[in-house]
Amino acid sequence: MVRAQVLICGGTGCTSSGSQKIITEFEAQIEKNALTDEVKVVRTGCFGLCALGPVVIVYPDGTFYSRVEAEDVKEIVEEHLLKGRIVERLVYNEVAEGVEVEHGNVSLNDTTFYAKQKRVALRNCGVINPESIDEYIAMDGYAALGKALTEMTPDEVIQVVKDSGLRGRGGGGFPTGLKWSFTAKNQADQKYVVCNADEGDPGAFMDRSVLEGDPHAIIEAMAICGYATGATEGYVYVRAEYPIAVARLQKAIDDARAYGLLGKDIFGSGFDFDLFIRLGAGAFVCGEETALMTSIEGNRGEPRPRPPYPAVKGLFGKPTTENNVETFANIPQILLHGADFFNSMGTEKSRGTKVFALGGNIHNTGLVEIPMGTTLREIIEDIGGGIPNGRKFKAAQTGGPSGGCLPASMLDIEIDYDNLVAQGAMMGSGGLIVMDDSNCMVDIAKFFLEFTVDESCGKCTPCRIGTKRLYEILEKITNGQGTLEDLDEMEALCNYIKENSLCGLGQTAPNPVLSTYARFKDEYVAHVVDKKCPAGVCKKLLSIVIVEDKCKGCTACSRVCPVGAISGSVKNPHVIDQSKCIKCGACIEKCKFNAIIKE
Amino acid sequence: MKSLAELAAIKEKMQNKVVLREGSSDIRVVVGMATCGIAAGARPVLNAFVEEVNNAGLADKVTVTQTGCIGICQFEPVVEIYEAGKDKVTYVKMSPEKAKEVVEKHLKGGSVIADYTISNI
Repeated sequence: MVRAQVLICGGTGCTSSGSQKIITEFEAQIEKNALTDEVKVVRTGCFGLCALGPVVIVYPDGTFYSRVEAEDVKEIVEEHLLKGRIVERLVYNEVAEGVEVEHGNVSLNDTTFYAKQKRVALRNCGVINPESIDEYIAMDGYAALGKALTEMTPDEVIQVVKDSGLRGRGGGGFPTGLKWSFTAKNQADQKYVVCNADEGDPGAFMDRSVLEGDPHAIIEAMAICGYATGATEGYVYVRAEYPIAVARLQKAIDDARAYGLLGKDIFGSGFDFDLFIRLGAGAFVCGEETALMTSIEGNRGEPRPRPPYPAVKGLFGKPTTENNVETFANIPQILLHGADFFNSMGTEKSRGTKVFALGGNIHNTGLVEIPMGTTLREIIEDIGGGIPNGRKFKAAQTGGPSGGCLPASMLDIEIDYDNLVAQGAMMGSGGLIVMDDSNCMVDIAKFFLEFTVDESCGKCTPCRIGTKRLYEILEKITNGQGTLEDLDEMEALCNYIKENSLCGLGQTAPNPVLSTYARFKDEYVAHVVDKKCPAGVCKKLLSIVIVEDKCKGCTACSRVCPVGAISGSVKNPHVIDQSKCIKCGACIEKCKFNAIIKE
Repeated sequence: MKSLAELAAIKEKMQNKVVLREGSSDIRVVVGMATCGIAAGARPVLNAFVEEVNNAGLADKVTVTQTGCIGICQFEPVVEIYEAGKDKVTYVKMSPEKAKEVVEKHLKGGSVIADYTISNI
């Protein structure tokens, strides 16, 4: 009889920090200590605290170990599993991570990282073995599909989804129930369900985590959607760069077929549904719904004008419902627990929860799911554990390259679709990049724009040429050659691209520029008028100098300088030759007397 | 899968395997598993508790877990039972047979077996 279970994260983050080695080692040590019958090792999906990986949780007590190395496994097995003594040095300690908690906290559920979360889409991630359909069923898996097929009409299913207030989690925020009803209304000999798993925003990885941690939830939800809209075939379009997600989803599809949960006459209801995976090659534009369908059809991934919308003429010219992974992940829970369960969370116009991928200058990088309406401050300071290295919060970028930034003055806004749009940002797929005061906002805008320039598919001129010209203006500004007229031209070009691009990629591409320009205009002005980068990031606007009366002449800087730009004799102040300096900053780090500064 | 009954059967079969991860149970059975406990035979006691709790269908209410040395090594194996709103009960000098009895009378029936508790040694 199994008395304890060791859950080890097998998500992409922890796999790359070595969780497979730990799994093997646990199995070996458990066997060595003759605990094979008593302790079970389970590889799960992502727990969300990726910064602390590899992550290991021991149940029934729920002890949460972080940054476990293969060498630690012997100790955990001999001490904790054999003798019941928790290995305290490996327990996740929030105090050390910058967040105060009461002493004696060992369980993940007690940490502030988890306490403010509400996991609906991520409910099974890090809890079940994603490769076991039986474990999914034990967690009420496929019960929602069973309920829909045997107790509800397609219209009733759509009504529940409508009443739940669920809106598209891929970024657009279109009401999901309404979308389903459009497809349901259109008569056709064949209809399709498409899952958009082409997650392309830099920094966002919630879709990957759901596919890796709970793939059956997506299969179940797509079958429910097929029943509601009258579709019998589904496609999951997922990036080839997500090999673990693809492998687990394929196994899940195979297992569901073997159980008859995909295929003909599911639950004896007469409803047929089957599912296929299509791999994307990583083009950002293929996350746009029409480009995605063009790609599934075997053509070059380019968007097509709407209307006709996919609900009328979608995949292979047939009515199609397309939803994002996270949207689908909520569906089984909504059907099982009713519209009110979901409706009761969140704000008036944004119901339920949203998953965010926390990244950038923050302690707890990882994946969090919070009720809509949680403030930015709670996400960053409580759940995220604040800004490391004693630096100050400057801005948070939401929505990736399509979104905008929220400055410190907006830390207390409640996060939902409409509030973010009102502030010139957007929900996007949920990437949340936190920036501290060492970031230059012009440089950030340039970074995101570079991404869209690369990813523009080239079909329409405003996006293809417009973003390129916009990037050149930003380059000019960060090089110190910009003028005030350039700023006006930049703004006008942004608005032109927004209004005239064919698809969402181009229409939103200028957002990072417009939003940083609106919030941090003084930084742009400093670049063009004073020729200074206030954050000290733009190298061409920067000079590194030695403060004469602080320099002791220790020669450390001249020895570390890679280009030999620093000269001076021992015990006498040194000087940097600005014509040679490449502004790498190595000397600043080396100087013990804080005598070298950026200007 | 042709019926909901089939799905329910799989769920039933798997329930015990995942219930451990739900965490917050009403009752916690803690077995002392330090060197002293193990030497005195705590492991068969722990396993007996896990097995009997499952057999009695109490897996969703009772969490069986282990701890280190409780400090009364001469009375090992020691088992403590925590229940919200009630005093902690400490059973001493336990055996798999006594464990079975505790599950039956205490955990299922709700009456403490006074003879096995520390106050009666």
